[in-house]
Amino acid sequence: MSDDGIVKCACGEEASEEELLARLDTVLKDYRDKPGALIPVLQIAQGLFGYLPESALKRIALGLDKSYSEVAGVVSFYSFFSTVPRGKHLVRVCLGTACYVRGGKRVLDALKQKLKVDVGETTPDRVFTLEVARCFGACGLAPAIMIDEEVHHRVKPSRIELVLSKYRNGNGDAPVERSAKR
Amino acid sequence: MPKLTIDNIPVEVADGTTVLEAAAKVGIEIPTLCYMKGVQTIGACRVCVVEVEGARNLAASCALPATEGMKVRTNTRRVREARRTVVELLLSEHDGDCQTCARNEDCELQSVARTLGVRDVRYTGAKAPRYRDSSTPALTRDTAKCITCRRCVTVCNQVQGVAALWAQNRGFKTVIGPAFCQELDDVVCVQCGQCGAVCPVGAITEQDHIARVWDALDDPSKHVIVQTAPAIRAALGECFGYPPGTRVTGKMAAALRRLGFAAVFDTNFAADLTIIEEGTELLMRLKQALVPGGNGHKHQYGPLPMFTSCSPGWIKFMEHYYPDMTANLSTCKSPQQMFGAIAKTYYAQKIGKRAEDIYVVSVMPCTAKKFECQRPEMTDSGVQDVDAVLTTRELGRMIKQAGIDFAKLPDEQMDAPLGISTGAADIFANTGGVMEAALRTAWELITGRPLPFENLHVKPIEGLEGVKEASAKVTDALPAWKFLEGAELKVAVAHGLGNARKVIERIRSGQAQYHFVEIMTCPGGCIGGGGQPRLTDDDVRRARIAAIYEEDEHRELRKSHENPAIQQLYKEFLGEPLGEKSHHLLHTKYAARTRV
Repeated sequence: MSDDGIVKCACGEEASEEELLARLDTVLKDYRDKPGALIPVLQIAQGLFGYLPESALKRIALGLDKSYSEVAGVVSFYSFFSTVPRGKHLVRVCLGTACYVRGGKRVLDALKQKLKVDVGETTPDRVFTLEVARCFGACGLAPAIMIDEEVHHRVKPSRIELVLSKYRNGNGDAPVERSAKR
Repeated sequence: MPKLTIDNIPVEVADGTTVLEAAAKVGIEIPTLCYMKGVQTIGACRVCVVEVEGARNLAASCALPATEGMKVRTNTRRVREARRTVVELLLSEHDGDCQTCARNEDCELQSVARTLGVRDVRYTGAKAPRYRDSSTPALTRDTAKCITCRRCVTVCNQVQGVAALWAQNRGFKTVIGPAFCQELDDVVCVQCGQCGAVCPVGAITEQDHIARVWDALDDPSKHVIVQTAPAIRAALGECFGYPPGTRVTGKMAAALRRLGFAAVFDTNFAADLTIIEEGTELLMRLKQALVPGGNGHKHQYGPLPMFTSCSPGWIKFMEHYYPDMTANLSTCKSPQQMFGAIAKTYYAQKIGKRAEDIYVVSVMPCTAKKFECQRPEMTDSGVQDVDAVLTTRELGRMIKQAGIDFAKLPDEQMDAPLGISTGAADIFANTGGVMEAALRTAWELITGRPLPFENLHVKPIEGLEGVKEASAKVTDALPAWKFLEGAELKVAVAHGLGNARKVIERIRSGQAQYHFVEIMTCPGGCIGGGGQPRLTDDDVRRARIAAIYEEDEHRELRKSHENPAIQQLYKEFLGEPLGEKSHHLLHTKYAARTRV
């Protein structure tokens, strides 16, 4: 969230935290009596806010009549969920077995060096957040990384900048060489 | 009724019996850590594994139902080695400063390691992540000692419905604690200490007040007095090897005197006082609700049903979860706090001392009492009314530190006047007891006749059922209480905050209507409190409750209003129940707290 209280929502529109919480309330109303609602609601909330701020998590706990400790337990269990603001693009490096043996670790090191951040961190310009993951199901084309919803296959450390550059300026929607929509 | 063999011993058990229970039946003790009889059977720790013929893997016996024809082996090489490996792995990440740990010699991990003959830990590596939390007045947590057995999580969520604790993070980084590793003081924790009461190791335990009590006893400028809650006398013996339910009232008084307390008093005295104030408050609330034009008092009383207010965990639970209903709580302070306020005013006057020269120590079965005594409202004598709170366990430790051979102590009496009490006060220790004590007095006040139950025991509200109800129809009421003529007085009793929540939800939805509701925070009431000797299960609860009823039945006086010391207190000092002085010293107010 920026200093003026404006949150960049993942769908690209600007919305105030107030508006986003109001949207969350609508979601909570739909899910309130459904069993197993917590994880889908957290996913939707992360989509709305870009991450899971405390205000949203507390609203979810109250809205689903769950304890805050349970909500926090679920959020902190899954690496998919983040409680800190993320960059515009989420870069996830697969360190599953196949990707690992095919050099996933070297790809990760190259990304760390290029972006000057560690795993879990966001670049100061809020463009990229770096995460690791365990298998996207693209083992045959290892090593793989995922940027937002897009999987990039057979990534070479030396070509990292080329992949990133597509996202640096545009919004990353342009088709990228050797990549496929997931 | 499946028939099976365990180590070649045939046994027939009821349907639904686990292999662990079946083994116990034939005299085979299987070690456990995460298991809690009737509360948690998640098979998480794997210490209780057994071999079952025809099964490829070892099975956790606590979660394994006994079935027809099953052949179980509990003492094979494979079983012994698996159990030992499990314990070695736990020890490898456990912060094992055993000699200085509060649980030394009372630790289930230590005991299981000893039983299994673990002499060497073959594994080395990282230790469990450490978060130390001493944020609350009642409890301390140290996650480096935690073995993530989840007993505390189950008790906090399923038994108490408080849900302050949950597993945070994942894998090796798992920490049992409040949301996002916040401190307990920042969350909905009611400080009941049930988590610490079931903790097999030293990961959660009470804030230790022993040092400050020794300091006070060593300070010649302080007049140090002690009060003991009714539940202590039925449990303290367990610290010295007596079976649960042994009554040690006389030895306890002797031990306290030898520790150096200037006067040995009784919270029971204040329990009798509570009945007079709370019983009168109930009658005022009834009058206000039933008589057009109100209670005829200038003071406005709260609505019905009235909830008891003796249990500080319950009070904090209401403040967090039902702040819109705190007006239903009796405004009476708990007996511990009434005692403190009276000790530092009435008693201080009597012995010619100032409030600040008196140091009041409580011995409580409860950890939340440590929280309660430092609430800002609890200073009506001009200083903090109760200075230190020892749990039953801490008193046991102090007696040992002083080198007192408990078994050899003579039976002694409590001191007058704040040590004089009735049987009605004894039963404050167990679920249903406060209600019964209140009814013994209120009924007699209304009708002029004794409570119409055999031996003054209100059977329907006794025992370990979670929610209990009783009712009685008022007939031939005395003139002052004619408005109650023909009324059906309905009461409910619940213990364990999960059951309290059920009662509240029933009241809120209009499914149930009561005039008076007794809630005790801990399962079984104070005899099962978070400060009692470990480990408390239902058998232990029943034994302690039986001891308390015996205590009550051995008394000459069994109704609070017959306590001569209380009568004298009103005559010399307080004036009348709910009077000006009572309002100032014996009643309190509540705050709203947040839920998340």
